[in-house]
Amino acid sequence: MIGIRNVSQVYRTRAGDVEALREVSLDVADGEFVAIVGRSGCGKSSLLRLVAGLQTATSGEITVAGTPIRGPRQDIGFMFQRPALLPWRSVIDNVMLPLEVFKVDRRVARTRAHELLDLVGLNGFDKRLPHELSGGMQQRVSLCRALIQQPRVLLMDEPFSALDALTRADLTVELQRLQMKHASTVLFVTHSVDEAVLLADRVVVLSPRPGRLRQIVEVDVARPRSLGHDGHSAALGELRARLHDLLMTTEEVTR
Amino acid sequence: MSVTQAPPARRDTAGRDTVRRIGQWSQHLPPVLGLAAAVALWWAVTVVFEVESFILPSPLQVAQTLVEDADYLWDNTLVTLWETLLGFLLAIVVGVPLALVVTASRMLERTVYPLLLMLNAVPKVAVAPLLVVWMGFGQFPKVFLVFLVCFFPIVISTAAGLSSTQADLVELGRSLKMNWWQTFRMIRMPAAVPQLFVGLKLAITLAVIGAVIAEFVGATEGLGYVIVASGASADTALAFAAMILLGVLSVVLFYLTAAVERFFVPWADRS
Ligand SMILES: Nc1ncnc2c1ncn2[C@@H]1O[C@H](COP(=O)(O)OP(=O)(O)OP(=O)(O)O)[C@@H](O)[C@H]1O
Ligand SMILES: [Mg+2]
Repeated sequence: MIGIRNVSQVYRTRAGDVEALREVSLDVADGEFVAIVGRSGCGKSSLLRLVAGLQTATSGEITVAGTPIRGPRQDIGFMFQRPALLPWRSVIDNVMLPLEVFKVDRRVARTRAHELLDLVGLNGFDKRLPHELSGGMQQRVSLCRALIQQPRVLLMDEPFSALDALTRADLTVELQRLQMKHASTVLFVTHSVDEAVLLADRVVVLSPRPGRLRQIVEVDVARPRSLGHDGHSAALGELRARLHDLLMTTEEVTR
Repeated sequence: MSVTQAPPARRDTAGRDTVRRIGQWSQHLPPVLGLAAAVALWWAVTVVFEVESFILPSPLQVAQTLVEDADYLWDNTLVTLWETLLGFLLAIVVGVPLALVVTASRMLERTVYPLLLMLNAVPKVAVAPLLVVWMGFGQFPKVFLVFLVCFFPIVISTAAGLSSTQADLVELGRSLKMNWWQTFRMIRMPAAVPQLFVGLKLAITLAVIGAVIAEFVGATEGLGYVIVASGASADTALAFAAMILLGVLSVVLFYLTAAVERFFVPWADRS
């Protein structure tokens, strides 16, 4: 579904060139959930923005659903680290925004928005303004907005990192449920190893300066997963420890 | 499974309401106290130093004038109010579109801004007599001076609002492939409204001053005219009464603007 071929990104700044990504290649299958972890500044956001078509790579090629990326596309949904809701629009109008831009019939849009809000437990809040919601609720609205255009690919850049640990756990569970239901292709950037092993089919570890693909870890554990006292915790614990070590050590790329 | 949240119950319970009312009341206490103290001091000065009333009338004399000349003062207040509002509205009607144009292109911005700055630097007191020469003695030169005074803060604040849209909202627009017009209509324009109101609140206080300056020359009515005329006849109490009305007018217009702001942008300063 997503094909990333030898992608490099160099930023030219007044202080000199910054090599954010070097020769990154990655294939994501249809319906697969791939998490990207790595230290701060290793180019995770850059990679995601490239796939989203928000910026162009210095070299290399990216395709989504077989077509090269030339700019933002309707079949790609993007969820930001911050909710980025329009403060003057009600919750429902925020969720409907993409369909308004894509000129989808308002009634269709409204029905779909209500379904999504129900799905994330926000029914009854549709007429509120964003500032009347908690951070976690705002991020759920943002998730609904990313899903309403029914994208083939969903890109998420640390979507839960601004939330407290419990809300974060809640939303992780919810995202897992949505993913199991819709089986959409997701590329998910996170700092949290826990999130990565709970959600992903594969975890991609990037190494910093310049960002390179260090290792891909398969998470072969049945869903729904949880970090609590259940059958999977041993397997997940093992994976967590492995990812943790990969992130903490800075040895050269192993192939 | 999903954590279903019921909408929270109405927050305004009776107890909270009372607390809030006391809160609101105590909020108004400091300004009232300050005003009372100022009037008391003023009164004390006139009594202790036995000041002649044509130099500094006592609060009581001013109050008397306010009552006795109520009709005359009211008529003139309405004249000034009308000029102020007309000039203010004209400044909005011209200023907001100009801000749109200016922010649409860097070149235009660089062409227009220096002119605006120069225009703003011209002392408005010096312009007032000129306006009389150009436009005669009617209300128009007064309205125009108010316009000149209000115009600048409105253009600058609207332009600032339009060009300082939050980066993540602009990014959102980009990720949704919004075209220029959609971005403008759905994101940049509404995002600029709080800034616009900053300019409007500044402009409305300046507007009253502008009207009075204009009425100092070549006027036959308005509170500014009343002040000048009463100065000539040494009726200082009347001048004071007019000045108090000007102050009240200014405060009322400011809070009206603020109320309109709260109505239209309940979300401002909270996101
Ligand atoms: N627009 C830009 N101009 C110049 N340099 C940039 C730009 N964006 C990112 N960089 C640099 O590229 C590198 C990678 O940045 P990026 O934001 O992709 O990292 P990240 O992995 O998302 O980091 P974090 O985990 O902190 O979000 C960093 O060194 C950053 O300073
Ligand atoms: Mg980032």
